[in-house]
Amino acid sequence: MIRFDNVSKVYPKQTRPALRDVSLEVEKGEFVFLVGSSGSGKSTFLRLVLREERCSQGQVHVLGKDLARLSNWKVPQMRRQLGTVFQDFRLLPNKTVAENVAFAQEVIGKSRGEIRKSVPQVLDLVGLGGKEERMPGELSGGEQQRVAIARAFVNRPRLLIADEPTGNLDPQTSVGIMKLLDRINRTGTTVVMATHDQNIVDQMRKRVIELEKGRLVRDQARGVYGYQH
Amino acid sequence: MRAQFVLSEIGVGLRRNLTMTFAVIVSVALSLALFGGSLLMSDQVSQMKGYWYEKVNVSIFLCNKSDAESDPNCAKGAVTTEQKNQIKSDLNKMSVVDDVAYESQDEAYKHYKEQFGDSPLASSLTPDQMQESYRIKLKDPEKYQVIASAFNGRDGVQSVQDQKGILDSLFRLLGYLNWAARGVMAVMLIVALLLIVNTVRVSAFSRRRETGIMRLVGASGFYIQAPFIMEAAVAGIIGGTIACAFLILGQYFVIDNGVSLSTNLPLINFVGWDAVLTKLPLILAASFLMPALAAFFTLRKYLKV
Repeated sequence: MIRFDNVSKVYPKQTRPALRDVSLEVEKGEFVFLVGSSGSGKSTFLRLVLREERCSQGQVHVLGKDLARLSNWKVPQMRRQLGTVFQDFRLLPNKTVAENVAFAQEVIGKSRGEIRKSVPQVLDLVGLGGKEERMPGELSGGEQQRVAIARAFVNRPRLLIADEPTGNLDPQTSVGIMKLLDRINRTGTTVVMATHDQNIVDQMRKRVIELEKGRLVRDQARGVYGYQH
Repeated sequence: MRAQFVLSEIGVGLRRNLTMTFAVIVSVALSLALFGGSLLMSDQVSQMKGYWYEKVNVSIFLCNKSDAESDPNCAKGAVTTEQKNQIKSDLNKMSVVDDVAYESQDEAYKHYKEQFGDSPLASSLTPDQMQESYRIKLKDPEKYQVIASAFNGRDGVQSVQDQKGILDSLFRLLGYLNWAARGVMAVMLIVALLLIVNTVRVSAFSRRRETGIMRLVGASGFYIQAPFIMEAAVAGIIGGTIACAFLILGQYFVIDNGVSLSTNLPLINFVGWDAVLTKLPLILAASFLMPALAAFFTLRKYLKV
């Protein structure tokens, strides 16, 4: 799914690399936590996977493709096979829940019939059945994040990238979101989630990758948030 | 690509940016109206120059039968063959003359028809009302007086005209006007382009949330850019339509009716509707291509895909 070979990333006009010589592989169907303090390189890692940035050295493979050799006009095709969820939900405030989810299908040219079929289906899956016509502003944070997850998942991506999806949510709501992501993972979708949430990581007991100052310092199957000192 | 989706995006964008859209429409309309006006003015000048303008400096008009009755210069009757031969050989002997051409009545009629076409004056004319003439090209265009003093008042000569001298000052004036129009057009065009660039930039900025999400879910670059480009093109084509309306109204009210130059100045053959109508597709094409291209290049800079 994802393979990093000795990847480094230096942003222009900065001397300190955001990622240094990171090598790792994420297999199909895995659930991976990406942890580390702010500025450790988590976001850079995700941006490289989404090809919002290109790496300075090394090779990034996502879904079997070498992103350095992927031409710009093929990037949208690649992103259609990825789902993305963010801390700030990134919903369109002037569209209803159903329209927000449908947007992800409209912009890649899905037919009206297909959209009408798949939107209620995915909203049921995330537990928002019956709230199709509500506006995002009328929903709680947890519900908004479910809309965002529905939008990320509606095109049935092979890989779901989540950047601190529970960062704005209270612990109880976060558990609900994690259960949802776990369920999505069980359908065969690979999930990579960057997080600061210690409880979640400790409870889920999934693979944990820890970055520190751009270096890979830990890659642990069934890991916890941090070493107990 | 779903047309309805794109169309609704365009509508939203244009309304959100109403003042800027209005500014784009006005500047595109003005610049393209000036563009069309300048093209028509060039047409007008070349039409007025007629058949002989580029070829000769001085014309010697010879008396015809009707001149013999009405014109005091032709009191001795229409020009005879001997007189013509005499003029011709005298002209050939003069050192200032570069070349001489003879225009018969029939040729004069033909050239007149070509220049004045279907004007009311031309339709009442017959070939034997035309004058025969010698058209003379001078080695030095300033030497008009040499010809004038040699042939004015001679039997069979109705008049000697320095046509080019008379017309040149008029054409020079029209030329200046044309350049002024082009200058204003160029400035308006730059204003229009800058406005389009800015409008697209503001538009892209105010919709960065949507475009960011589109990018994440894998919308193609073209799909993301199309609404912005179409927005600029729609504003442009509205401006182009207004520019076309300006030209049509100008032709209708200034030349045909209203100010009605064509009846007040019957000796000048004004450009007709065919000249105006051929400019309209050009203006409309420019009106949407120019903003669309400007938007395209702006987006390459301000809308990451």
